[in-house]
Formats: sequence, structure tokens, C-alpha cells
Amino acid sequence: MGFAFLLPWLVAACGWMACRWSPVAWLSPVAGEGQHAQGTAAQLARLVFLTSLLGGLLVLLLWLLLEPPVIAQRSTQALLASEAQSASSRQERVALDLLRTKAQNLAAGDRPTESLKVEALKDESDSVASVARAALVLRQATEREAWLLPVLVVLGGLLGLLAGSQAPRRGLHPRKLAERIIAVLLLLSAATALAVTVGILLSLIFESWRFFRLVPLSEFLFGLRWEPQIALRADQVAGLGAFGAVPVLLGTAVISLVALLVAAPLGILSAVWLVEYASPRTRSICKPVLEILAGIPTVVYGFFAVVALAPAFREGGAWLGFTLAPNSALVAGFVMGVMILPFISSLTDDALYAVPQSLREGAFALGATSFEVASRVVLPTAAPGIVSAFLLAISRALGETMIVLMAAGLLAKMTINPLDSVTTVTVQIVTLLTGDTEFDNPKTLSAFALGLLLLVITLFLNWLALRVSRRWHKEWSA
Amino acid sequence: MSGLLDLVKPRRSLSRRKRADRLFAACGAGAVFLVVLWIGFLFASLLVRALPAMTAYEIALTVQLEPEQIPPDNPRRGNWRGVLAQAVADLLNAEAQTLDAELIPSERVAAKLLLSKGAAAELRSLVIKNPSWLGKTGTESARTVFLPVSDSLDQYAKGLLVPSTQDGALVSPKTAELFDQLRQAGVVQRKFAWRFFVRADSRFPALAGIAGAVKGSLLAIMVCLFLSFPVGVAAAVWFEDFAPEGRRTDLFRINVYNLAAVPSIIFGLLGLAVFLNFFSMPRGAPLVGGMVLALMTLPTVIVVSASALRAVPSNLREAALALGASRQEAILHHVLPYALPGILTGTIIGLARAFGETAPLLLIGMTAFLTSVPEGISSPATALPAQIFLWADQPERGFAARASAAIVALLIVLTLVNLAAILLREKMEKGRSR
Repeated sequence: MGFAFLLPWLVAACGWMACRWSPVAWLSPVAGEGQHAQGTAAQLARLVFLTSLLGGLLVLLLWLLLEPPVIAQRSTQALLASEAQSASSRQERVALDLLRTKAQNLAAGDRPTESLKVEALKDESDSVASVARAALVLRQATEREAWLLPVLVVLGGLLGLLAGSQAPRRGLHPRKLAERIIAVLLLLSAATALAVTVGILLSLIFESWRFFRLVPLSEFLFGLRWEPQIALRADQVAGLGAFGAVPVLLGTAVISLVALLVAAPLGILSAVWLVEYASPRTRSICKPVLEILAGIPTVVYGFFAVVALAPAFREGGAWLGFTLAPNSALVAGFVMGVMILPFISSLTDDALYAVPQSLREGAFALGATSFEVASRVVLPTAAPGIVSAFLLAISRALGETMIVLMAAGLLAKMTINPLDSVTTVTVQIVTLLTGDTEFDNPKTLSAFALGLLLLVITLFLNWLALRVSRRWHKEWSA
Repeated sequence: MSGLLDLVKPRRSLSRRKRADRLFAACGAGAVFLVVLWIGFLFASLLVRALPAMTAYEIALTVQLEPEQIPPDNPRRGNWRGVLAQAVADLLNAEAQTLDAELIPSERVAAKLLLSKGAAAELRSLVIKNPSWLGKTGTESARTVFLPVSDSLDQYAKGLLVPSTQDGALVSPKTAELFDQLRQAGVVQRKFAWRFFVRADSRFPALAGIAGAVKGSLLAIMVCLFLSFPVGVAAAVWFEDFAPEGRRTDLFRINVYNLAAVPSIIFGLLGLAVFLNFFSMPRGAPLVGGMVLALMTLPTVIVVSASALRAVPSNLREAALALGASRQEAILHHVLPYALPGILTGTIIGLARAFGETAPLLLIGMTAFLTSVPEGISSPATALPAQIFLWADQPERGFAARASAAIVALLIVLTLVNLAAILLREKMEKGRSR
């Protein structure tokens, strides 16, 4: 498989060399007829490189997109054929998934193909033979891929090579054609980003729409109970009020608020100190240290919260007379605050830097101390920038997953007590979607509804942040 | 600005104002100090927790690989537990003089008490790798191997577990004493935990390693690089140099900025709904993981590349155009190479972030329990951060140390990558200023 990714480049390089080293063979037919669409050998070589590379990569892409569904379908057929049944009910589908995993493990294992064949031919109606058959399908697919894919890729590359080399004969200038192709590629690349957005929106909206057919939108937005597991286990029809997102949102808000209460004072104080007080030397040391925090993966924070902070907080709480629930919002929020701290401090830093120096100098000239300059001139001026930093930091905290997944709870509660255990939108998304991924029940579909909600809130906060800071920029650049 | 007027009227005495100033400066310095302290605490605590995973206590056992126990033609079906029980019993007999007689457990439980639960599997894979050991009889069939001691004894030896006589205690004082005497006899030795670096996951902490996860991560990052770098740079070139001015282009641009703000878990949802369910791509494969990470990194690469392209002096472009280059030649041959250091630095930093990302990988199933190193980009795999998450969830104590050690490994990789980005930028910029 890895080799197949190199092949298009090899073919393209061969095409390039062929044009470079024997240009006469390629160009002469046109040269004799005295046409203009000629170009130099180098330009033709470049065009041929491009077209053959594209041919090979296109074949590869199509294979990657089209092969897995075909194989999956055939192995499923192999699994179903012996059982002579269709996976219609839920239990059967779960069983089928189990068998499929077994077949995959069998195919990936080191059993020789021959022994698999023997087992597959045993005409038992039980699942062992059908698993062996499915494994055989998978094994054969892997074996076929080993030779078929390279051959197809080389063929695609050669086709592209041929097409490219024919360009001068068709009266197309090699350089102009190559440039046109490149322009299209650039446009396609830029469109990819748009396609990702469309993909996100479409998949979220489509699955959420399926969810909202099972659970009314008003239930989801205003319901006060979130118990997705119960709805599934008792095989109830959804819509009994178990899918109210309010407690989940409340939990998210509590944790984000704790995070903000930790990060905001520390972030602003450190930014003001670094900009207004610290010497350039101290600043050049402290800033990168702060940025280290931004580079730490969030799973590290989550682990740290669980193994080091949670016990410490529990003991500290007991000493002060509080009882902290396990997985309390306080611990998760505290660590989340540390995570968004570099974010707040660096954005505040930017906002403080953008305050015109003349304002500071004016205040100093009036005899103000550094504190008075900072608190009465610089901070009020930079306030919109700082507010927008907060908004961005909150939106970051809302979407953060690993810290809360490890340090916060799973049960949604209607509480604003930070000592209690709460859950968040992201935790719910992950727990709803790990394990069972059949998209046929409100449990899994509700994850997409939560995702849509999260996306809408995040984008709204970002839009708000942009508006606030843009207004401010207008004010001060005028 | 009304506050400024207050300054003119000296309502407060100068000394009080100065005291407030000093207090504020102290608070600011305190805040920065607190953050630095926190970072130090974080790293120190992780390092201390990771250290136990770097060594492992192993027991030197002489195993008899007799053909009636281990059939040479099918060693998988061998009686590995029996071989181990015999070996432990032999060992205790041989050391009988140095050990207190009352400490020696019955033959039936001795192997269970002393050895890791994974010892049999470990011995089996070791023998399968060395087939020449098999098929011999008598003293020729004996081999001395080092096998990990049980997880709780390992924890005890590292001082992380106190023996107790209570029911359900992991280590009894008797076993602990026996273990100490075996250590003094030189039968049990502390060794460097090489398994941690060359193995994939395991149910037994002593045998679990990060190699599988590291390879999974590297494969996913490779896919991510090969997708997000060319597409991102090409998109940035289009935005900066070929995009027609107008509302449509603005829409494209706003879209990229918004995409950069989308939470990473949403990309996981996208991968699950589109790549796994719509295109039926293999679940948990680094290919899918890399694609999801690429979509996530794409906006970063575009934004960074666009700003690097914007920073290129316009005279470069104009000179190329004046010499008769086409617009594309001017940009692709002159402007782009000039902007490359900035683009590369940004891409590396984006990739470093993708390397530490976990949430989207959870949704596309890169958290499977896998005991072998993944073969390629389409076989199921797990990633290093996902492995940390999995280990952090395990109840066995040995896994917490493994998770810490994996975190240290992850942080070292990230530091090196970021350092490489900084060095690259400085080197390229120095080369340019000459």
C-alpha cells in the first residue's frame, strides 16, 4: 500500500526524463509541420510530469474511495449467506458486527490462507464457516490489492503521460496547458476548505434531522433531563424527555465558568505585567514559557487532572470541610483554565500592544504611576480586545474534549454547584459514539445534534469576538 | 477617560499611589511566577510518575523445553504454564538454602505469586522466535530466560505498594519477604524496561509498550502531512495570488477562518459520518485518522502559508514578471520558494498539534486494544495520545506509570518537533539575509 503512493511519482519522473532526454522523438512531428504550439522540451517535460502524476494519483484516489465499500459489502454477504438472513433487527446487526470483527481479526492474523479455505468449505451452518469465508474475502482482497493497485496506478500514470505528450500535436502550447491545469488544481485546493465546511454542516444537519424526527426539537432544547442510556436499554420509544440538552449545557457552562475564573485574572495580570512592567529580557524569557502551556496536548492535562489534582483537591476540600464529588467540575474547570490561560494571555498581550503609545505617554506626562496608566488608560482602551480574547477562550473551552472526558463526570445533573460532578457536551458526544455506531437510534443520533449545537455556539462566539475586536480596531485606526 | 481627570486632582497621597503601583507589580509578577511554578510542577510530577515504568524487575528462570511439554511442530499448543510452574519450583528448590523454609509457597501457587500473568505468553513468543531451542531433551532443552515478575511485586519493589495481611491485598508480607530474599540471592534483578519501547499494548502492564501507538501516530501524521501540506499551500497560493477580488473570495476566506475555530471533536463527527459510514473506510485505520487530522490542520496551514506569502517583498514578483515570466512562473518559481521557511514552520507547528490531538481519533475508533504493531495505513491502529487515554483508564497500577512515561515520550517528541521548526526558520532566515 505504501509503495503504491510512490508509484505515481516514479511514473511521472520517468515521463519527465523521457521528454527531457529525447525531445526530438516527441516534438519533431509538430516541428516538421511548422506549427506554433511548440514550446521547449523542458516545458513539455513539465506538462508530461504533471499529467502522468495526476493520472496515477487519480487512480489511487478512486481506489481508496471505492474499494473499501465494495469489500465491506462482499464480506457482509459472505457472513450473511450462510445464516440465510438479513440483518434487519437491531440484535442481528450487533451480532453481525461482532462476526465482522472476528473475520477481520482472522484475516489479519497469521493463519495460512489454505487452512482458512478448508474451514470455509466446511458446510456448517454455524458462524465459524461464514466467518472463515468473510475472512477469506478480506484476505483475497488484500492479496489482490498487492498487485492490482500498482498495475492500475501505473496504467493511469501512463495514460496521463500519453495525454500530456500529445498536447503539442493537438496545437496546445505545453506551458499554457500546464498552467491551466495548475490553476484548476489551485482552485480545487481552495475549494477543499469550503468542501470541508459543507461536509461538516451537511453531515451534522442530516444526522440531526434524523434525530429530530425521533425527538422533537423543543424537547431537545428545553428538556431538563438527559438520560440517553436509559432510553436505549429499556427499549423505549424516545421522546419521553430523556433527551433534554439543558443539563448538559449547564454542566458545560459550569466547567467553562470555573475555567474562566481561573484563567482570566491570571491571564490578564500576567499579560499586563509582561507588557507594562517587565524588562524586555524578562519578557523574552517568560513569553516562550507561557507558550509551552499552549503546546501541551490536552490529554496530558486530563491525565494530570485525574492522577495528581483530583486527589489533592479532594484532600484540600476535606481539610476545609467540603466534600468534593469524584470527577468534580472544580478539578476539570481548573485544569481547563490552565489550558486556556496561554490563549487569554497572548491575545490580551496583542490587545495591550495595540494600544497607541501616545496614550501611555500622555498619562505618564500627567504624573500617573505605571499602575494608574495600566488600570485607567491601557486596560479600558484595550477592553474590547480583551473581551474578544475571553470570547475566543470560552469557545475553545466549550469544544475541549479530553480534559473533561477524563476529569469530568458522565451523568448530566441540573446543578450549578462546582463541587458536584457534571458532564459536558463533548463528553456526551464521545461516550454516545464509542462502541455502538449504528446510526439508527436516538442515542447515537443525539451526538450529532449535540455536535450541531456545539458548532453553532462556537461559531456564534467567534463571530461575536470578531465583531467586538473589529469595531475596536476601527475606532483606533481612525 | 474620565479617570484621567482624577489624576490631576491629587486626592490620594503620592506614597499611597506608589504603594498601589508596587502592589500591582507584585501581583503581576506573582501571576507569572505562579504559571511558571505550575509548569514546573506539571513536568516534575509527570517525570516522577514516569520513572517507575523505565525499569522492570525480572526473574531469571531456567525453563525445560521438553518435547512432551512443548511440541516442536506446534509450539503454540504447548503447556507453557506447566513449564513455568516447573521452572519456578526448580528455582525455589535450588535456592532453598538462602530462603526461609516457611516463606516458600506451595508449588501450585508459586508461579502465580511471583510471575507476571503475561509471563507464559512472553515465554511462548520468545521461543517461537527462536525455534532452534525446541526439539531437544534433557539438560540440552534447558534455557535461562528473564521474565517479568508479577505486577504487584513490581510495584512493591518500587515502593509504590505496601504489603498487608488484609483480605484482597495485592501483596502479602510473606510474598514480599520471599521476593526480597530472591532479590538478595540475585535471582530477581532490576532491568531497563526495553519492552516499553518495542512492544504494542498488552493486558499486562509489564508487557505493554508504546511502539504500536507510536507507529500508528507516525502513519497518521504522514497521511496528514501528505494531504494537508500540498492542498493547504496550493489553497493559500490561490487565495493570495489568483483569487478574483469579490464577495465570493471573501466568503472563501471567512470560511477558512471559521474552520480554524471549529472544535476538533466536530472533525471526528465528520470522519465518523462521512469516511466510516458513508465510504466504509476501515475503522480505526491511520489512513482515516490522518485524513481527519488533515482536515483539522488544513485551515492552519492555509492561514500560515497565506501570511508567509504576503510577507514576500513584492519586488521579487515584479522582477520576475519584468523578465518575462508568466504569473504562475513568478509565483511558483520565485515567490513560493522564498516563503517556504515560514510555510514549513507553520506546517510543522500545525502537525505537532495534530500529533497530540486525541478527541477526533476516539470517534473514528483509533482506540482499539491491539497487541501488535500496526502494519500499514489501512490496518487498525491506535495513536500515542489515544494510548495514553486508554492506559489512564486502566485500573491496574502499572498502567498509570506507563501512561506517564508515554506522556513524557509524547512531550519529548513535540519539543523536538517544535525545536526543529524554530531552528529551520532561523537557519533559512539567516541564509536569506546574507
